Amino acid sequence: MTRLTRRYRFCASHRLHTAALSDEANRELYGKCNNPWGHGHNYVLEIGVTGTVPLDSGQLVLVDALDELVERSVLREFDHRDLNRDVAAFARVVPTSENVAMEIRSRLLSAWPAEFPKLAGVRLWETKRNIFELTHEEQ
Amino acid sequence: MLITRRVEFSASHVCANPALSGEENRALYGAAANPLGHGHNYVLEVTLEGLPDPVTGMVFDLRELKEILQHNVTGPMDHRFLNREVTPFDRVVPTAENIAAEIWRRLEPNFRGTARLSNVRLYETEDLFVDYSEAAS
Repeated sequence: MTRLTRRYRFCASHRLHTAALSDEANRELYGKCNNPWGHGHNYVLEIGVTGTVPLDSGQLVLVDALDELVERSVLREFDHRDLNRDVAAFARVVPTSENVAMEIRSRLLSAWPAEFPKLAGVRLWETKRNIFELTHEEQ
Repeated sequence: MLITRRVEFSASHVCANPALSGEENRALYGAAANPLGHGHNYVLEVTLEGLPDPVTGMVFDLRELKEILQHNVTGPMDHRFLNREVTPFDRVVPTAENIAAEIWRRLEPNFRGTARLSNVRLYETEDLFVDYSEAAS
């Protein structure tokens, strides 16, 4: 099995707050992340693809093409943005890293070219210590 | 239990298929097709799987692992031009995918005892890496 992983970066702000709970319950649940002014992270995003390596090219995917897809479908709208207010998906969904990772996967899959190898993993580092990973099977 | 050892080697390569034209290679490999070559500080992570030996408490002797890696990978590949100096890259394009698979082929026969080769991860840069593994035969 061959799996290729490419790492990207974006910087964004967010605030964790759900309308389903009272202000006090939100403060209790999300702690510092509920600060009304928001806060930000240097996110690191790892995208993995897997498949059979074509004999002629020896490469699983054209890395420039993968970069272009991720730039167009994720980074352009996430980098240096406020996730809650700039990204429509997070108008109602709390932008926890779990939800951000799922939104990223959904955006990638809807733009995924047929000739690309299978999307095998989405891993999102919120900080050096907090890492969130989805697999294709989880959908 | 899994144990992983990390080693580094620096090498140059050209990603181009001799069967294709220069223009086709540039379209396929981008800057990596530069005919004069370019290089990377490759980082290799080799992962073995096994159970600790009841007497030694070790999955595999790390000194022996170090020697195996030196003999099969870093010795032949460090400070080399892969296309010209390391087989099979005179006829196989030395993409990270193909280098990882070749490293697996070189290493796997050394781990057929209690510890088996589980995964080869090759970082071409900090932001691009390939994992290669084959199911146990």
